[in-house]
Amino acid sequence: MITITPPLDSEMVKNLKAGDEALISGTVYTARDEAHKRFFEAIMSGYSLPIDIRGQIIYYAGPTPPKPDKEVGSIGPTTSGRMDFYTPLLLKHGLNGMIGKGLRSPEVKKAMMNETAVYFSAIGGVAALLAKHVVKSKVVAYEDLGPEAVFELSVEEFPVFVAVDCYGGDIYEEGKKCYKR
Amino acid sequence: MRQISSKKITQVVADLCKKANFILPFFVKSALEEAYRNEESERGREVIHKIIENAGVALSEDVPMCQDCGITTVFAEIGQEISVIDGDLKEAINQGVRQGYKEGYLRKSIVEEPVFNRKNTSDNTPAIIYFDIVPGNSLKIVVVPKGGGSENTSALKMLNPSDGIEGIKKFVMETVEKAGPNACPPMIIGVGIGGSFDSVGILAKKALLEEVYNIQKDDNILGLEKELLKDINRLGIGPAGLGGRITALKVNINTFPTHIGCLPVAVSVSCHALRYAWEVL
Repeated sequence: MITITPPLDSEMVKNLKAGDEALISGTVYTARDEAHKRFFEAIMSGYSLPIDIRGQIIYYAGPTPPKPDKEVGSIGPTTSGRMDFYTPLLLKHGLNGMIGKGLRSPEVKKAMMNETAVYFSAIGGVAALLAKHVVKSKVVAYEDLGPEAVFELSVEEFPVFVAVDCYGGDIYEEGKKCYKR
Repeated sequence: MRQISSKKITQVVADLCKKANFILPFFVKSALEEAYRNEESERGREVIHKIIENAGVALSEDVPMCQDCGITTVFAEIGQEISVIDGDLKEAINQGVRQGYKEGYLRKSIVEEPVFNRKNTSDNTPAIIYFDIVPGNSLKIVVVPKGGGSENTSALKMLNPSDGIEGIKKFVMETVEKAGPNACPPMIIGVGIGGSFDSVGILAKKALLEEVYNIQKDDNILGLEKELLKDINRLGIGPAGLGGRITALKVNINTFPTHIGCLPVAVSVSCHALRYAWEVL
């Protein structure tokens, strides 16, 4: 089992291959549709982003509100493909890793190869279980977006698969090929 | 005429919203257990194991099994001998959604306008509500929260009658293959066939709720369901899309008479967390 502690650097990313299982411990940031749109617009307008994304991992997720006795609500990955349009620009600005579920576009895969980035997949729909790996959570940007705000999460042994590596390897394509009849 | 108070309806809807998000229906859990036994991929088995474990955590801790607590569809079958008193029935249902999503710490995922102002309504309303008038003096309320990820992969097509069974199969297979890992497999596939453009989508969604509606099927339809499930489970997509044998747990078909020139088909794709809860008042 591979252990990952962000921030990531190119050497760490180069060691990851599609299909590897990994545990992430440390800080990751959530951002989904609307936050990506705002990131994109900020960069295009020459403004700085509310968080420093260099070397960081963005988790495509919007949690449920936490119950009073809990630090975080249920928090599983959302469909990554919806962020594809915005992703190459974020990778160009230093983002190194993403956690989500589902397929990425050829453009994103190409940008990941150029920028040496990795895309992890968490299992979709096991949000109550994944919440047990999040020990701290706070909103750091776009609070008005509610569940779509940017949360800084402190995670412990958060379980993921390397879904797309920086060589273009893709677990979804390879897995399907193995079992197609 | 039997009277039902709108306050009672609000309370029932609120409870059903929570129940649906916390408790995976028994039939889905059994299907997952069977899938665990039949899956050949070790990774696929690990995924199914985690899905079952997740349902256990949601149940025991009263927390939503998925962070996407869905757009809330409510089917209300109103007995014609009922009168709803103390307020507006539609508002009573929306108030129930509001209350349930607040009390249950469920995620609010509805934006007030789809194109120009995607601002969260912060209470998961408005719900998508369908009313049906039926004989009798009871009120049946079915709450179906459905996540956006799988909803986005659903599709509808107006086929020609000459496209026949092969056309239907082709469209279902294309839709499921395209949904792939994005729809959180193993999926449950609801297929609506017949009716009209607007009604076939509802047929498909209701097909997912086979347990609630006791849908009548002849041998042809049962055979088609089996065949589609077999073909889908040869695609190789597998649990979480990571490769494997079990891409779908079940295919349910729901048909309705249609026009002489039409063959509408809708495919409602559900993730493995098919959530619903119902009560008869």
